[in-house]
Amino acid sequence: MSAEADRPPVIAPGYSPATVTDKISAVVLRKTPKWWFVGFAISFIALQLLLISMVKLLILGVGIWGINIPVGWGFAIVNFVWWIGIGHAGTLISAILLLLRQTWRTSINRFAEAMTLFAVAAAAQFVLFHTGRQWLAVYWLFPYPNTMGVWPQFRSPLMWDVFAVSTYATISAIFWFVGLFPDLATLRDRSKHWFGKVAYGMLAMGWRGSARHWHNYEVASLLLAGLATPLVVSVHSVVSFDFAVGILPGWHSTIFPPYFVAGAIYSGFAMVMTLSIPLRKVFGLEDFITMRHLQNMAKIMLATGLIVAYGYGIELFMAWYSGNGFETYMMKNRIFGPYGWIWFLLILCNILTPQLLWLRRVRSSVLGLFFISIIVNVGMWLERFVIIVTSLHRDFLPSSWDMFTPTRWDWAFFVGSLGLFFSLMFLFIRFLPVISIFEMRTIAKGDDPASADTKDMGAVP
Amino acid sequence: MKTLDGPNFWRSLEEYAETPEFSEMLGREFPRHASEWDGDEDGVSRRRFLELSGASLALAGLTACVKQPREGLVPYVKQPEDVVPGRPLFFATGFTLSGYATGILVESNTGRPTKVEGNPEHPASLGATDVFAQASILSIYDPDRSQTITKLGQIRTWPAFAEELQARVKTSRALFGDGFRVLTPTVTSPTLAAKLRELLGVLPKARWHQWEPAGRDAARAGARLAFGQPADVRYDFANADVVVSLDADPFTFGPGSLAYARAFARRRRDAATGGAAPPRYYAIESTPSASSTLADHRIPLKPSELHAAAAALLSAVSGAAVSGNAAPDARYPWVAACAKDLKAHAGRALVIPGEHAPAEVHALAHLLNEALSSFGVTVFATDPVESEPVDQLASLSALVADMKAGKVDTLLVLGGNPAFDAPSDLGFVEALQRVTFRARVGLYDDETSQYCQWHVNETHELEAWGDARAFDGTVTILQPLIEPLYGGKSALEVLAAAIGQPAAKGLDLVRAHWQKQHPDGFDAFFRKSLHDGFVAGSALPPKSLQAKGTVPAPPAVPRTGIPGDLEIVFRPDPGLFDGRFANNGWLQEVPKPLTKLTWDNAAHLSAGTAKGLGVKNEDFVRLKVGGATLDAPVWILPSQPDGVVTLHLGHGRTRAGRVGNGTGVNAYRLRAAAGLWTAAASAEKTAGRYEFATSQQHFNMEGRHLVRTATFEEYRRDPEFAHRVEEVPKISMYPGFKYDQHAWGLSVNLSSCTGCNACVVACQAENNIPTVGKDQVRRGREMHWIRIDRYYEGSPENPAAHNQPVMCMHCEQAPCELVCPVGATTHSEEGINEMTYNRCIGTRYCSNNCPYKVRRFNFLDYNKDKHLPVLTLLANPNVTVRQRGVMEKCNYCIQRVNRARMDAEKENRRVRDGEVLTACQQVCPTEALVFGDLNDKTSKVAKLKAEQLDYGMLVELNTRPRTTYLAKLTNPNKDL
Repeated sequence: MSAEADRPPVIAPGYSPATVTDKISAVVLRKTPKWWFVGFAISFIALQLLLISMVKLLILGVGIWGINIPVGWGFAIVNFVWWIGIGHAGTLISAILLLLRQTWRTSINRFAEAMTLFAVAAAAQFVLFHTGRQWLAVYWLFPYPNTMGVWPQFRSPLMWDVFAVSTYATISAIFWFVGLFPDLATLRDRSKHWFGKVAYGMLAMGWRGSARHWHNYEVASLLLAGLATPLVVSVHSVVSFDFAVGILPGWHSTIFPPYFVAGAIYSGFAMVMTLSIPLRKVFGLEDFITMRHLQNMAKIMLATGLIVAYGYGIELFMAWYSGNGFETYMMKNRIFGPYGWIWFLLILCNILTPQLLWLRRVRSSVLGLFFISIIVNVGMWLERFVIIVTSLHRDFLPSSWDMFTPTRWDWAFFVGSLGLFFSLMFLFIRFLPVISIFEMRTIAKGDDPASADTKDMGAVP
Repeated sequence: MKTLDGPNFWRSLEEYAETPEFSEMLGREFPRHASEWDGDEDGVSRRRFLELSGASLALAGLTACVKQPREGLVPYVKQPEDVVPGRPLFFATGFTLSGYATGILVESNTGRPTKVEGNPEHPASLGATDVFAQASILSIYDPDRSQTITKLGQIRTWPAFAEELQARVKTSRALFGDGFRVLTPTVTSPTLAAKLRELLGVLPKARWHQWEPAGRDAARAGARLAFGQPADVRYDFANADVVVSLDADPFTFGPGSLAYARAFARRRRDAATGGAAPPRYYAIESTPSASSTLADHRIPLKPSELHAAAAALLSAVSGAAVSGNAAPDARYPWVAACAKDLKAHAGRALVIPGEHAPAEVHALAHLLNEALSSFGVTVFATDPVESEPVDQLASLSALVADMKAGKVDTLLVLGGNPAFDAPSDLGFVEALQRVTFRARVGLYDDETSQYCQWHVNETHELEAWGDARAFDGTVTILQPLIEPLYGGKSALEVLAAAIGQPAAKGLDLVRAHWQKQHPDGFDAFFRKSLHDGFVAGSALPPKSLQAKGTVPAPPAVPRTGIPGDLEIVFRPDPGLFDGRFANNGWLQEVPKPLTKLTWDNAAHLSAGTAKGLGVKNEDFVRLKVGGATLDAPVWILPSQPDGVVTLHLGHGRTRAGRVGNGTGVNAYRLRAAAGLWTAAASAEKTAGRYEFATSQQHFNMEGRHLVRTATFEEYRRDPEFAHRVEEVPKISMYPGFKYDQHAWGLSVNLSSCTGCNACVVACQAENNIPTVGKDQVRRGREMHWIRIDRYYEGSPENPAAHNQPVMCMHCEQAPCELVCPVGATTHSEEGINEMTYNRCIGTRYCSNNCPYKVRRFNFLDYNKDKHLPVLTLLANPNVTVRQRGVMEKCNYCIQRVNRARMDAEKENRRVRDGEVLTACQQVCPTEALVFGDLNDKTSKVAKLKAEQLDYGMLVELNTRPRTTYLAKLTNPNKDL
């Protein structure tokens, strides 16, 4: 296995369980660095923009956006699909890679999962706020018993969406929280401040690291991983049904589920990369998030990116092969219509740029990977724009064709959702261990986590 | 335990005793049963407990309700006769435009007029109305109407005004009325004319002037030229096999247009369904008219060429050399074929001059009709319908000249708005201010009122008594539907005050007048006339007049002398008419035929002319006519003749009200007395861009089979032509739903639709549809439930235009229903795709999935103005006013269907065919829309759907639409 030997290690040599614990928990327990305040302040201001926009929207209606008839869905749904897509990497890493026993995942799964949660939180805002009467949508979308005997309409893909996304959010949150118990206990025990002791203590749910705890934990995490695995595939498949079930040219396509899932993983890993590169730098965690991780993620991006490219290709092919005039026109309009420049930009971002990842030199360049990951994120956003807006704005009857022009409130919601995401992200990296301490200990020494360093874990004497 | 260090503490006696239970507990870590809080048969399990507590918490939040405000309700002490709450009453009255009446029936809901329908028995309506009559209902409630009598802006009482007016009359009397003038629009009202003559009797030297900006001076002068006496002509399209229009818009403009449109459409339909010969319609025009969308041939001409073309046609028809046009005119190659066609149908042919064409062209048309022996068959000459047919331009000019000369000391302006719409070079406003006593009776405190000391707020037509004649002379007695909302007096009452009857009521004046005409059995006569909506037998009898005389010399063609000058064409606006409807939001927002512009007028140019000027759509051109200039934004219009710029009158108001101020540009500024309808103009590009709001941006069908057309000949050869273009999927995974009660459906005849918009506004009135304003239309958020798509076909210079009314198709397999997450849009068991507004949360998914894009969304609170108390009166009580965030769309006037179903159930019978008329169907002048029960095989709609011409739009998507179209058939001349 010389190839294996060539690869950078998953963890830099020389770490013992104790030093791993010291290093990661120190990130949380030391004094707040100045850059954190700056970053958090910027994110928090952007979050306020979201709140202001929401108030404005609730007072005036969704007419503050640029949507119209025929373009009934605009930025809100673009953002929703984009955020949900980003959320995919977390579950993929924590569930599927766990089941596949990919040990390298241990150092990125914690914040990838956090990213998932926060991305789903951002996406959820759009699901609710894009409706015309948010105050009713907030509960009418759920099947609750009522005296009028009115139920949601279960044939609607939007209904499936509600279930898929809420299930996904629930499972992800539980999975993430359960996975935090041992580390929360570690922080509780290491915290010098009374508040830290109390807060972490409550969150740790009485974790004492006994064999029985570990046993239950292992069972729970395997079960949750099992539950989460189908969700990785199902959520974005269901999201893609929103379009595939519609009869609109550009939406009505059987390739959508796999192509959306691949796209989601693609954008999800791009976002993990975007986040992990600065993170390992500022926290000095290069020893834990090594080049090995970055390269692995780059390879996954390359693979899923190629699947996405295949999807684009099939769409083009089917537009021609189907012989359907509406489909052909849709494709022509997508490429050469008024929004054609967005399509070309999308191809540049999503297909051409990532081909650089074939080069080992690019894969080993942290800066290069960082930029490519951002470009892919932009590209995936553009992809959703192309699918949603470009398909809608010219459909069957030329008389109803129109253009969609985003308003400042469209942008405010988008920037605001970034604010929400990064505010949560900053809070997370400040107050919780960004890397799973106990799982890192397993690869640092290769022992069973249950026996490692019991001293720190508040075990029962 | 034993290995523990330190002092031997113990925690409990059990521990000390080292009982096995305690040891087990220590070993277990979690208490026994923690993992399953055991529920015995009678107990509650942990799971169940959590379920119950969670559910009760959730349900606790759902009990909140909106607290209803306290309102007092007062029941009728004595119920008024015929008033059944929830059932509307209909009253027959009339709607007048430029003096001419159309018979209407007005729906009154508990005393509020809410909807105008045509009077089926009235000859000018035949059950239909135009777009203006539909929208007039909104004007009654217009909160911007003037609400008080004012003198120099101060509120005054009616007695104060009446006293001062009578004093003026008294002083004038000494001078035999010298210097006393009355200015009115066109008057056809017998009572008003009688009152005016009575006044002139008292003041013999007083004068009555008339001015109607969209008047018929040319028709009057043309009739005088041809017949040697004043006369009106009316047409019978039912007998016309070949129709040539000389710049006319016979089906959408003018007092008889509703009847004409109906007759022509019926001829075409009969030809399509039966084997009758189809009529042929040549439209020769200086600017494309809505009627021309039905034309078999459209021939664009400059207005200056109209006379020569008509003369050439006359020469070719009569065979005689026409003065100055001895040789066939090579400029008009179509003349020979057209004349041949006319001659072949002599006695069944019809030539119609346009209302705005020069008098000489009117005379030529009369001569042509004479040469074709059309009189008595397709054309009927009658005495003039107007009470006092005068040359109104001369009348107004004389008034202005006298005012300038200081010869006028009292001027009573009854209606109209001359300060806005008088020819710009007359100087009406300056002259007006030299009059000592100026009083104005008007619906609005508008441009004219601001220059008059006295303003008397006028009653709306639906608030006052009056009478008027229709295009054929039929008299309608106008009755009020509601007590005047803002008080006010009618012109009739003001005139009565002038002759000493300030307390006279409109009803008494009208009754008194008619009593004189019908002294015997008057009460019965009056009752019957009111009930029927017209005075039986009052139509003017045809007179046998002969059009003779020589061909009139062509009118002087005005030239600017600048090379490359343009000819300007003025037309009344299809929405605002002459400007009087500027404050009517419905008419502002209705997309104009052909251009689909809303809230604006534009300088319409042909693509070639625009290129020559170097302008594109939304650029500005500076138009110059004589000394007047106007910067107008450009909108390129296919079919517009090169070198012609069309401007619609009526926009650019400054004192119209909150809705109408500042929309578009004021074309009257260029309209001089010498060029009322056409003038020479120069144009140049100027800086700046304008933003238009159109409801349709793409006019090309992109090769899709949306409007299907053929000639009659092609149709006879291949009756199935409409179905050869797509494959209709016939398979389904599920058995179809069985509609065993009713199956409602609609058939739209594309051969008939003129695109007049009456259905659009009728739907708006019936279904409480809000207007959204220019900005929202620009954003693509207009709310009309029915829209008229217009597609062009053929060369860009002179394409054929097709109108296609599109409303909800009520697909049997509706793509919208499937995707709604809350089931707010569902199918009724009668096949209507219904909207449950209360349930809608506004995801807009249904609209995205609707291939016809007929759904409309309340993006913002478009019903804000409905919070104005006066506008709440307008709403149809049977239709929900939609909240913001809710989707809405056509529901085949479900309230009308339900009403008919309830009536039928009470009488234990089926709903009869024709019992339910949708609002769009009822108003349609050409009967293009037919609604009914498809399960009733004898129904009109079922028969239409069985026609070979019937096709569904986008049926290849397997939507199975209930609204289908009858393909458009034309009858072009093969020689052309």
